[in-house]
Amino acid sequence: MEIVINGKPHEAVNGLSLAQAVALMTKAETGVAAAVNGDVIRRAVWEATPLSDGDEVEVLTAVQGG
Amino acid sequence: MDDPLLIAGEAFSSRLIMGTGGAPSLDVLGRALAASGTELTTVAMRRVDPTAAGSVLELLKDRGIRVLPNTAGCFTAMEAVRVAKLAREALGTTWVKLEVIADERTLLPDPLELLTAAEQLVADDFTVLPYTNDDPVLARRLEQAGCAAVMPLGSPIGSGLGIRNPHNIELIIESAGVPVILDAGIGTASDAAIAMELGCAAVLLATSVTRARSPELMAEAMRLAVSGGRLAYLAGRVPRRKFALASSPPVE
Repeated sequence: MEIVINGKPHEAVNGLSLAQAVALMTKAETGVAAAVNGDVIRRAVWEATPLSDGDEVEVLTAVQGG
Repeated sequence: MDDPLLIAGEAFSSRLIMGTGGAPSLDVLGRALAASGTELTTVAMRRVDPTAAGSVLELLKDRGIRVLPNTAGCFTAMEAVRVAKLAREALGTTWVKLEVIADERTLLPDPLELLTAAEQLVADDFTVLPYTNDDPVLARRLEQAGCAAVMPLGSPIGSGLGIRNPHNIELIIESAGVPVILDAGIGTASDAAIAMELGCAAVLLATSVTRARSPELMAEAMRLAVSGGRLAYLAGRVPRRKFALASSPPVE
């Protein structure tokens, strides 16, 4: 299946979890948040959140600003 | 702690809130933050960059500075609420500097979207610190919506034009029951001092420090200006007079 992470397409195995998708982008244990198709998903349930073909994943962190 | 800044029941000894945007490096930023004495500092939420070296979060953690996520770059209430929720997840804080801008050229707040976002975030138990226009009516509406502070601009973000409408800032302060924090437009130390002399509870600034020739030195200048302005406000300025008032006794 194909998913989109932070705007870029990724070929992924079926049933890839959100936790695994986030791990493709960052190894940080804290300071990271994720949304799937616009819905914010709590970190506690990332492992238990399987992704589907076409899902759009956003992985965000804090940067300098404001 | 003498004369603390109180926001939503939390006390801060520094009345200078810093932003982190615009610094040429994390090292320069770290030294500027230390010189500023700030205890509360804003960050933005963006897509992770797998190649990024160092992190502003680690810097703030190392220095014991509390993080205040913003919703910079959001044009609608819906976007801003989503970013606030992402920030709450990522950073474990319910505090948010709410920014909902109308256009890229002025970066002025969109008042209708701002108020809508504030209402939704307050209903979701966020502690909302809105970046707002210097409009006393909008400030009152934001306070009535349950915001923990109101943060009117002195002039547009990054413009360094200072406080263009001090009268409006005074009107906001006179009727506000929550802290009024002057946010945006500070160009140099005197602007920060004026904000505090007007009665602002705190000043929030970034560009004037991070893009100064010497960020560390300007951060110290801002720390002193905020303290000086606060003391002058507490001391009470003398009235302005049309004619002279001799400060030496008359000659006999």
